[in-house]
Parts: sequence; structure tokens; C-alpha cells
Amino acid sequence: MSNATTPILAMRGVNKSFGPIDVLQDISLELHAGEVLCLLGDNGAGKSTVIRLLSGVHKPSSGTIEMDGKPVSFANPRDASEHGIATVHQFGGTFPLMSIGRSFFVGVEPTKGWGPFKIYDRKKANAIAVKAVQDFGITRIDDGDRLVGGLSGGERQSLAIARAVHFGARVLILDEPTAALGVKQATHVLRIVNEAKKRGLAVIFITHQVMHAMAVGDHFAVLIRGAVAADFKKGEKSREEITDLMAGGASMSSLEAEIEGYMASHGGHPPPTSAHAAQD
Amino acid sequence: MSSISLGGLLRRPEAGAALGLIAVLIFFAIFGGVTFLKPAGMASWLNVAANLGVIAIPVGLLMIAGELDISVGAMVPFGAMTVAVISGHYEMSIWLGIFLALSFGVIVGLVNGYLVIKTAVPSLIVTLGTLFAVQGIVLGLTVLITKSTSVALTTEGTAKALFGDFVLGGQLQAMVGWWLAITSLYIFFVHFSRFGNWIFAMGGDKVSARNAGIPTERMTILLFVLSSTSAAFVGMCQAILYNSAQVAGGQSFIFNAIISVVVGGVLLTGGFGSIIGIFFGTITFAIVNQGIYYTDFDRNWSSLIIGILLLGAVLMNNTFRKMALSYAPKKGGK
Repeated sequence: MSNATTPILAMRGVNKSFGPIDVLQDISLELHAGEVLCLLGDNGAGKSTVIRLLSGVHKPSSGTIEMDGKPVSFANPRDASEHGIATVHQFGGTFPLMSIGRSFFVGVEPTKGWGPFKIYDRKKANAIAVKAVQDFGITRIDDGDRLVGGLSGGERQSLAIARAVHFGARVLILDEPTAALGVKQATHVLRIVNEAKKRGLAVIFITHQVMHAMAVGDHFAVLIRGAVAADFKKGEKSREEITDLMAGGASMSSLEAEIEGYMASHGGHPPPTSAHAAQD
Repeated sequence: MSSISLGGLLRRPEAGAALGLIAVLIFFAIFGGVTFLKPAGMASWLNVAANLGVIAIPVGLLMIAGELDISVGAMVPFGAMTVAVISGHYEMSIWLGIFLALSFGVIVGLVNGYLVIKTAVPSLIVTLGTLFAVQGIVLGLTVLITKSTSVALTTEGTAKALFGDFVLGGQLQAMVGWWLAITSLYIFFVHFSRFGNWIFAMGGDKVSARNAGIPTERMTILLFVLSSTSAAFVGMCQAILYNSAQVAGGQSFIFNAIISVVVGGVLLTGGFGSIIGIFFGTITFAIVNQGIYYTDFDRNWSSLIIGILLLGAVLMNNTFRKMALSYAPKKGGK
């Protein structure tokens, strides 16, 4: 990956606090077109706050967000999506009881006719929506009148990603897209992430499944307690090293050894949970 | 591509309502005889359906959008009393009375809508509050102004013919015409224009709908204005029809509208339903409500039938909705 180009999206020294609580400290990240950045971290590490800053839900307390090298500030989620940042949530963020065509075009429905008698163009909406999803390799979807709720989790994610790309997204933020999926469905989604990358989109892929991150990621950032604990490229670290990092910086194997040692000296009982806190 | 098939029809939101309607038609045709389907019999349930239907459709739209409006129960007497006090008690122009009755409908709708979007209190509670508040205003003001709980009103000419007369042989209310016209307008705007899509999206997922650029707050207010103005309109027409208005009455519209909407296939939690379904649901309700008079049964049993009908319809609608969700075209063939 060449770093010569200007990053499409960058965070520079971003801090975020809610009242007295500092949630993010000095976050600096760069994202280039055609690159997948995997944001890794345990629950509560601040991944969701990073997404909310980038998708316009919150504003940074200090520091800047840049797009194409220029500082930007998002007034609201709609503003962020107009800048080309699309966020896809775990369940696809779509409307389960609406048809594929209708949900694809919510807010921007194609119409035909004139004046007050403009009619929603169902055929056109269905055809475009179905084509957009099929272009991403989900050929099982061929009827735009089907309800979104009848699709599998992976298909819903694919529909949401295809929708974002169709409406001109340049940066895709995928919030734990594979967390609720089975192995086969997750593979579908990973394939679509690769397809989006091939089309030159920049992707931020949030996950705590290291296997999924390794499969598609070019660039990895590990968040621990609101700070970037590691920032490295594909191939620079092994799976075990990444898992260890996510587990809180302490080596997983040494933690295991500690627990085994404790159990050996306490008649097979695992340490009480407060023992973990003491190690911090 | 979309050929008409039995499966395709059953997956539509109004499937349950249509089957329910056929079932009650058959039931009352057997036990009530054909008089019930002759003009006089039909007029009796069409009149009930028309008055209820004008209110049930906007109430149903709110439900599709994920909200509820029970203040319609107070808006019917409010609309009736406004026109009766202005044009009957004070003997001012009937048109002023009509204008004010509808204006109060708009105002209460705006209050409901603003309270719901600004306070985020569930709309059931907000409209429960305005239901009682408006009831209090109607009773208090009427007794204060007229020293009575019933006000007479005589209307002639165009206003009477348009809003409160019997047409076609003196049995059908003018409201039936309004109901059919308004229903077709709703069908166009909800199912064929883009606004309908917004209402369904709001009921499906309000945050996603707002992020997709839908003016959810304006739409919510608009829908509340529609429902309370429609209720005021029905009250106003009833006052003109019956030449008088009472402070009480109207509460039955709350539950009757909700029953019609739910029998019509609208999902109580929003995001699913159809205008045709509500239309069928309203007729079904009206037939059960009136059909009992044409049978040998004691009319006290009609509530039992409505209760069973409601439960049956909800279960049937659930089944059809599941069918719609799990529907996938067969592999290979078309």
C-alpha cells in the first residue's frame, strides 16, 4: 500500500470526553482509498465512540477529522453521509417489513409522472436495487418485492453495503458486521468487503474476531482503553500477537499461566473476578 | 414479473382483512338473511363504516408510523359542539362554524404532534392527556356558554347537502361519499407516492429513517393533525346531520378505530399495513356492529363476536406476515 497519496479520511490527535470521563485519548488514524482498516479492541475500548465521531453522531472534544487533507466537521449523521461516509450497523440498519426496492430507496424514491401525481416507480426501484446487490455477488436476491426481514443476516448486510456504495459512499464504516453471523454468512460479508475494496472504497472494519480481520485487513489498529495501542500493516504481526494485544496488552499465555498457577494453589478454584482488577 | 397468484395475494397486508370480511358477510347472510344485503341493510352498515373509516385511516397511518392517537375520542364531540355552539347557539354562519371546528382539529393535532416529538413521551400517554383535556374543555365551555350539555343546530342549503344529508333515497349519509373519496386519496398518497414510503420507514426504524433524510418530525406532526382534524370533521358532520350536538359520545371511536385498523392488518408496533386493509377492517367491524340487528341473536352478543373477530384477525395477520417475511422465490423457475 502506498502512503504517498493523501489519506481519504484521517483523525489527528482526536480526544473525546463525556463530562469528566475521557473516552478517547489522542487518536490518530489514517485511511486510504482501496484499503481496509481493521479497528480491533475489546468491549469498552472506544471503538463505538470512534465510529460515532466519524459518522457525525458526536463531535471530537479536541483534535481534527480530515477528509482529503482538509479538516471537516459533521453537523449530524446526514452531513457525514453527504460527505460520503456510510455507516452500516450490525443488523444492516434496514427496515424488516419493507420490500427490498422500497427500503433501498428510502428518502430518495424514484418517481414517474408529473406534479402532485408523481408515482413511486416500483419497477425501476426494484430493478436498480436487485442489480446493485447482484453486482456484489449476492445472486440469490432476484426479486425486489421480497421483504428485507426475510433475508439472511449476511444478505441484509450485503444489501446495506450495496445501498451505501450505490449512493456514492467513499468510506464504509462496518460496525461488527460479522458478529451475529454464522461462518458461511460471515464469509459472504468478507467477500463483499473485498469487493468494496476492489472498487476503490476505503473501509473501516470494526470487529473483535481476529480471523475475520486478518482475512480482509490491510492495516490494523488496536484500541485499548481509549488509546491506539498498536497500529501496524498486514503481515507485521501474527494472529497470536494480535489476540494478545486485544486481551489488554498483557500476554494471553502469561495470563493463562497465572490462572493455572492460582488454580493449582487453591484446590482447582479459578481466581475471583476481582483478581483481574488487581492486575490492572 | 408480478403475476397474480394466491400466494402473492395472501402475503399482502390486507389478506387477513379481506378473508375476515368474506367470513362475516357469509355469517350474517346465513343468520341475517338477504335483507342485510339489500339497500336498506347495506346503508345501515355503510353509514357506520363511513363515519368510522374517515377516522380509522389516519389513526392507522399513525400506527404504521409507530404512533397512536386516542384523543380522536374527544375530537368528535369537540368538532360537533364547536359547529353547534357557533352556528346554532350564536346563530352565526354555518361556514364559520365549520371552519372553526376544523381549525380546532388542526390545533389539537399540532399540540399532540409537538408534545410527542419534543418530549419523547409515548404518544399513547400524550394523547391520553389531550383526550381528557379536550373532554374537559368541551364540557366546561359548553355548560358555561349554553347552560346545557346538548345544543341544537339547524342547517340548510349547501352545507347541509354537503356534510349532513341523506342521499340516494334518503338512507345513505353524505359521509359515505366523503369516506370513499378520502380513502382513494389516501390510497394514492400512501401506496403510490413517495410519502407513503416515508411513513412505513418511520414505523420500521425511526433513526434510520431520519438518517436517510426523511423529515420524521414534520411527518409525525402532519399525521397527528390529519387524525384529529378528521375526527373533528366527523363530529361536525354528525352535528349537521342530526341537528344537534352532545358533549358526551365519541369515546367509542377510540377502540372501534383501533379494532378496524388492527383487523385491517396494520402491525401495532408499526412498519406494516395498508389503506385497503383498514378499509376492509372498517367494513368488517361495521357489518358485525350492525349485522346483529338482522339476526335472531340478542344484540348484546355483538361485542363477543367483535372480540373473537379481533383475536382471530390478529392471529391470521401474524401468520400472513410471517409468510410474507419467509417468502423467497423458488430456485430455478419463474
